[in-house]
Amino acid sequence: MENLINIALNSVFVGNILLAYFLGMCSFLAVSKNMQTAAGLGVAVIFVLAITTPVNWLIYSFLLAPGALAWVGLPDLNLSYLKLVLFIATIAAIVQAVEMVIDRYSPALYTALGVFLPLITVNCAILGASLFMVERNYTFSETIVYGIGSGSGWALAIISMAAIQKKLRYADVPEGLQGFAINMITTGLMAIGFMLFAGISL
Amino acid sequence: MNGTTAKPLTALRRTQTYRDIARALWEANPVSKQILGICSSLAVTVQLQTAIVMSIALTMVVALSSMAISMLRQWIPRNIRIIAEVAVIATLVIIADEILKAFLYDISKQLSVFVGLIITNCIVLGRAEGYALSNPPVRSFMDGIANGIGYSSILIGVAFLRELLGSGKLLGYPVIPEALYKAGYVNNGLMVLAPGAFIVIGLFVWLEHTLLKKSR
Repeated sequence: MENLINIALNSVFVGNILLAYFLGMCSFLAVSKNMQTAAGLGVAVIFVLAITTPVNWLIYSFLLAPGALAWVGLPDLNLSYLKLVLFIATIAAIVQAVEMVIDRYSPALYTALGVFLPLITVNCAILGASLFMVERNYTFSETIVYGIGSGSGWALAIISMAAIQKKLRYADVPEGLQGFAINMITTGLMAIGFMLFAGISL
Repeated sequence: MNGTTAKPLTALRRTQTYRDIARALWEANPVSKQILGICSSLAVTVQLQTAIVMSIALTMVVALSSMAISMLRQWIPRNIRIIAEVAVIATLVIIADEILKAFLYDISKQLSVFVGLIITNCIVLGRAEGYALSNPPVRSFMDGIANGIGYSSILIGVAFLRELLGSGKLLGYPVIPEALYKAGYVNNGLMVLAPGAFIVIGLFVWLEHTLLKKSR
């Protein structure tokens, strides 16, 4: 249990997938201008990460990992090099399926999240989380916590960025720094803030 | 070009390939545009060495994928072109990953998941989609190389500053003289951490904006 809480805290704050590993920057910079869209995209990322990371764990452990195919009598097979292709295909397929399910059962949610879902397929944070999960040898329950945690960390970062940008509009920024440059520096300062949580250890 | 009295260099300048490369390297290479492709690999810029290996891997993937997609462009149906492109890119990334694991095992451990993430890099898919689908293979290959070099120049620039200021080394060799440390110089620990990369990029873009405004 302590281990799970530790993974959750770490993936939200210290090892934030955006601020510590720079994943998902494209959509972070493009969509953080407006609070509402930022929150929408944040929720969509949590949702997709919470589904795709465990599914990719199942695929990896039962099909790809070295010796994983022992249950069909092929214990010497190591297909782990196929993980890149299979993970990206799974992510694309799941995003597509989620989009269709939401469209069918909750049109209101679809109008709120629908536009962001295709964007998410190419968001490197999603593929990155699956690859980190393999690299760190997480168990299934750890993977679930890690997926939700890194999604929440990403959402937290983009929502705070949208809030800061709202205030930044009234600030007197030097001319050359305006726009992209000041956004990067703000993100850097935010990353310093998030690193303070490194003091928490369980 | 045969039979003209033009000098070789001027003749070279007139070719489509030259113009495309010049465009990719200069006019269409603002830091802020390249950043979208770079951000996913900023984590490897703590050291110059990993950044250089990453740059070579990306340049090869983007050049070869552009060439392969350009060769296949007559046979790829319009509707499923994205999937076809991703399949080609993913195959090349797997090959790059396996080559790194076989020959540069230590560096591939440091690069960890970031080689795999070349698949979702906007530059690679962007060149396939925007250039290779409508141009012949050789030109697509050169375009890929040029865009890869544009990407590398910024990634290596960031890594250069971070390793120099953060650990006082370049490519692992100490370059800051001992005397300076004795006089009270300290390495900037912030540069080694993630926030350092964000701030360096921000300053790069600032510098570029200022220089571009002066030249106009």
